[in-house]
Amino acid sequence: MSTTDVKWVLVATTDSRPTLVKGSRASRSTISLKLMMAVSGLVFIGFVLSHMYGNLKAFGGEEKFNDYAEHLRTIGEPLLPESGLLWILRLGLIVSLVVHVTSALILARRARAARPVKYAVKKNRHSSISSRTMRWGGVTILVFLVWHLLNFSIGKVNPAGGETDNPYTLMVDTFDLWWMTIIYLVAMTALALHLHHGTWSAAQTLGLTNTAASRTRAKLAGWVLAVVVAGGFSLVPLSVLLGIIEK
Amino acid sequence: MNLTLNIWRQAHQDAAGAMHRYHVTDISEDMSFLEMLDVLNEDLNVKGEDPVAFDHDCREGICGSCDLMIDGQAHGPEVTTTCQLHMRSFTDGQEITIEPWRANAFPVIKDLIVDRSAFDRIIQAGGYVSANTGSAPEANSVPAPRDKAMRAFNVATCIGCGACVAACPNGSASLFLGAKITHLGELPQGQPERYTRVVDMVAQHDHEGFGGCTNIGECSSACPKEIPLDVISQLNADLRTALRQGR
Ligand code: HEM
Ligand code: SF4
Ligand code: FES
Repeated sequence: MSTTDVKWVLVATTDSRPTLVKGSRASRSTISLKLMMAVSGLVFIGFVLSHMYGNLKAFGGEEKFNDYAEHLRTIGEPLLPESGLLWILRLGLIVSLVVHVTSALILARRARAARPVKYAVKKNRHSSISSRTMRWGGVTILVFLVWHLLNFSIGKVNPAGGETDNPYTLMVDTFDLWWMTIIYLVAMTALALHLHHGTWSAAQTLGLTNTAASRTRAKLAGWVLAVVVAGGFSLVPLSVLLGIIEK
Repeated sequence: MNLTLNIWRQAHQDAAGAMHRYHVTDISEDMSFLEMLDVLNEDLNVKGEDPVAFDHDCREGICGSCDLMIDGQAHGPEVTTTCQLHMRSFTDGQEITIEPWRANAFPVIKDLIVDRSAFDRIIQAGGYVSANTGSAPEANSVPAPRDKAMRAFNVATCIGCGACVAACPNGSASLFLGAKITHLGELPQGQPERYTRVVDMVAQHDHEGFGGCTNIGECSSACPKEIPLDVISQLNADLRTALRQGR
């Protein structure tokens, strides 16, 4: 035996890592982080579905669209103050976003640490592109979200330089610019990919896919949501660009 | 067949490793992949060079020792163990890259051999059914429903090879965990410890430095025993129950 062989034998039989975890808790596991991602993700799914429904009011014309925006602010009155419900929903979304992104960051960091040395060659046998782009796709959605809020909500920035206090005209002005429409379509592609994997992933994380049949159904739900949500959102900017929706 | 091999060589756990190039000639396509490596090692022995260390034991596909990453796929291009992989799956003149499993929790001991005792510690943490000593009880006195028994049997085929970890982009051992949790959780004997087991095994998994699961599914497609993804759903469901029970 050479000296390196001797060292190898010693290494194989001693391990410096402590053995079993004392005081283990279900709540402190990586799976709990995933459960928080799944629940916050489902909140987002509910949000994007209702938001998309609201946007489709644009096909009803200026009045219907602006009435809907106004209605959101007056629901629950006089029980709730003006914009009361809106703020409750916003708060729920902000909390969900913080939870979702924080868990994503912790899990992404863990995953990086779990494989410090990369493979020289690594092939993917079977997995979907959407499943492998959740992290970058999520960041894309987040960056888009910042612009989107500046554009239509917090900032009311009219990139065409027109009126800003009329939601309908602000929207039409924005999507009359082809490059703005492109930005929104790219974001919707990212959202579609995220929903395609995220929907099935959330079902799996929640432990709802214990059979091959339920797995197939969850994956189908991912496809349906991706197409319906991203497609539904994209209809409005495309229709503006093509002149179907006008001022 | 004549082949060019790119093989990871590393003298011991703390040494720096590197890829080395070798040529093997006159390989029969009826040889197993390990026999091909035996030919290489005989050649290296004759030349007075250090033979390539690789792990193997049964060479009949049941022990799970023969863990090699072959051209970016765990156990190579077929769904089987490396010892059951034959050279007819390759072509004459092909260049093949051979690496050890890459995971923080599986440190390289030498060349292609990794230390998989992290799996043993996960089992030690809860992957068992406690039984009193004495004469073995009559097996038929504990009835197990057929569908549950079949599911338990199917996932009990997991040989602990670690291919799931090696293939997972997150370096997660969730498929292995799920296989054990499902195997014991489906049987009546596994019930008393079911929900402490899942907490303890997941805690040990996380402690060993494996990544969190994002349901990509590379594990299941790399698994030589074709353990299905629904065991991960079962794992998550059991952890969720433990969470509800305040464990
Ligand atoms: C409207 C916005 C969003 C929706 C509808 C959404 C939805 C989802 C859903 C349902 C999941 C699955 C949870 C699970 O696997 O258990 C998920 C996972 C994930 N999301 Fe989001 N998410 C959104 C925004 C974001 C943002 C802004 C980020 C950014 C940092 C992000 C990053 C991730 C990551 C890294 C995962 C984990 C990957 C995986 O589980 O496969 N998401 N998302
Ligand atoms: S689940 Fe499959 S790939 Fe993972 S350790 Fe068991 S047999 Fe190997
Ligand atoms: S050597 Fe035992 S499974 Fe391959």
